[in-house]
Amino acid sequence: MMPLGFTRLDFYYLLPELIVTAGAVALLGGDVLLARGRHRLLTWVGLAFLGAAAVALAFISGREGTVAQGMYSVDGFAVFFKLLFLVAAALTILMSHRYLDVEGARPGEYYFLVLCATLGMMVMAAGVDLVTLFIGLETMAVSFYILVGYIKPSRRSNEASIKYFLLGTFSLGLLLYGMSLLYGLTGSTELRTIATTLAGGRGGPLLALAVMLLVAGMGFKIAAVPFHAWAPDVYEGAPTPITAFISVGSKAASFAMLLRIFFEGLPAFRMDGLGTIFGQPLGWTYFFYVLSIVSMTLGNLAALTQNNLKRMLAYSSIAHAGYLLIGIVAATPRGVMAALVYLMVYTFMQLGAFAIVVLMRRQDVIGDELKDLSGLSVRQPAAAVAMLIFMLSLGGIPPTAGFMGKFSLFAAAIESGYVGLAIIGVLNSAISLYYYVRVVVYMWVRREEAAAPPVVMSRALALVLIVAVAGTLVLGVYPRALFDLAQASASTLGRADQALGLLR
Amino acid sequence: MLDAIAFYTLAALILAFAIAVITARNPVHSVVFLVINFLAVAIVYIVLGAEFLAMIQVLVYAGGIVVLYLFVVMLVNLKRGPEAHQDPRRQTGAGVGLAVAVLAELTAILAYTGRNPLPAVVPAASARGPGGNTEQLGWLLYTTYLIPFEVASMLLLVAMIGAIVLARKVD
Repeated sequence: MMPLGFTRLDFYYLLPELIVTAGAVALLGGDVLLARGRHRLLTWVGLAFLGAAAVALAFISGREGTVAQGMYSVDGFAVFFKLLFLVAAALTILMSHRYLDVEGARPGEYYFLVLCATLGMMVMAAGVDLVTLFIGLETMAVSFYILVGYIKPSRRSNEASIKYFLLGTFSLGLLLYGMSLLYGLTGSTELRTIATTLAGGRGGPLLALAVMLLVAGMGFKIAAVPFHAWAPDVYEGAPTPITAFISVGSKAASFAMLLRIFFEGLPAFRMDGLGTIFGQPLGWTYFFYVLSIVSMTLGNLAALTQNNLKRMLAYSSIAHAGYLLIGIVAATPRGVMAALVYLMVYTFMQLGAFAIVVLMRRQDVIGDELKDLSGLSVRQPAAAVAMLIFMLSLGGIPPTAGFMGKFSLFAAAIESGYVGLAIIGVLNSAISLYYYVRVVVYMWVRREEAAAPPVVMSRALALVLIVAVAGTLVLGVYPRALFDLAQASASTLGRADQALGLLR
Repeated sequence: MLDAIAFYTLAALILAFAIAVITARNPVHSVVFLVINFLAVAIVYIVLGAEFLAMIQVLVYAGGIVVLYLFVVMLVNLKRGPEAHQDPRRQTGAGVGLAVAVLAELTAILAYTGRNPLPAVVPAASARGPGGNTEQLGWLLYTTYLIPFEVASMLLLVAMIGAIVLARKVD
């Protein structure tokens, strides 16, 4: 018989989450206790806790099983995503270091909320129960609603916060309806029990409805067309480091949750069981197939005409959700691996690109227009070269990591017989090159503002750029390690079904 | 059978009042409809044998949250919508209609219970093990659902800090 409540073992396996929580609370306390003017210390406190959480993560990696009464899994899949979130959170905090000074915002609650969002993401990646997943999602989402509106004097920030909140709650409602239908059909919120209960019976229209609602709810969170309307406004209005964190962390966490729900909870309904459409059996991959195509195409087409860098990156992020969905549509271990690889690669290149936008923000310049970048090759050559690398990687040009990521996604699609999808993906990459190269043109060819004062880079931001460039290049030239890690992680998805026993 | 009738009647009521909430022109009416909606949901919980949830539903939603709504309605001083229809004869008509409906309902209940008297104790509650609903729920929260419960505490902390952050004066 399973012991009631938590055992000491559970605390051991929950250590990364506990450390992040402790860090959040410590930051809150530090904000009150530290004298004015010493608040910059909080950046390093936050980073120290994230680092400690990463160390704790190393201790639990390699284990496979569930803890906390089967509500929470400790497997390679969860560890992979937690690592991603910790890296993204650390880079976000580093980016915010000087940005908050410029905006005149207080760092205490800001870092607290960043760590709480990270905690929510970690729960989303590790939860194997609908209740746990939902609470994780809500913790992340509420933290982001507040962070988006953190720059209070800015009307754009306020508007973005309200929009994100209203649309976010609406989509959460849809997701909850889907979850409650699933619970009603199976009598359980545990994903594994749902899978075994449904495997015996038929799907029926109610299950189809539940799946549709789940797809809509998750589609909103990953910003896939047609649930993407919030993304450009929110990305533009939010403080830039938060935009980066939403586009990377929130997207990755939502993909983790999506993979958990569909691959662990509904594995029997990949290709059929949800009724028929156009005479073909309908499974959930069909929904993602459609979402993938429209997200890639519309995201890229809309990005072509943007003159605001943050909006452009928002549409590009919508397109990237489309690319990532290819891995889900393939619905093979190979596809999941490709999605994991791409999410990790995307973390580095997308955060790097936003770090450049943060760099352009100065006392009197918002710096998120494309023309603000003109002449950057003269004013700050190192940053211009970094941006060049990020843009090439986002566009999928070798030898950057973006190429390896896209390559593995398209290969997974072809392997599963979705040649058409792969072709659409390649065509879309070609379209996307236009607007990525446009940024480069502004930096090198347009020299109107070359006479403008040089752009000064803080040391924290330089560190972010170094890490991001290193990630983008190293994973592009030597992707073996990442592929192996992603392969091992993807293969653990849905396998952890034993309560973890004694320590090794 | 009786359960089904009760459920569908309540469901219809809940839906009708939910629609009334969003179609009412006067915000105060809208809030009042919301209270009725919440109460109907509470009755659904009772029908399902979840008395504790019903109690919480009444206390937190019908009580606390609606009071908050009313404060907001009063504070933001919304422009009043067009006055409600003030036809006394129509009101009398509606009153008589409602009275007849209630009378019919009471008669039906009396007639029904006269023929088949209800058992003294609802068996559903006792079938759920000793300690009843509240204890069971607490038990579950602190054992099986401990991890979502603990994460929810962080969620509430985030909400609290968020409210402070958003409401604080810009310094």
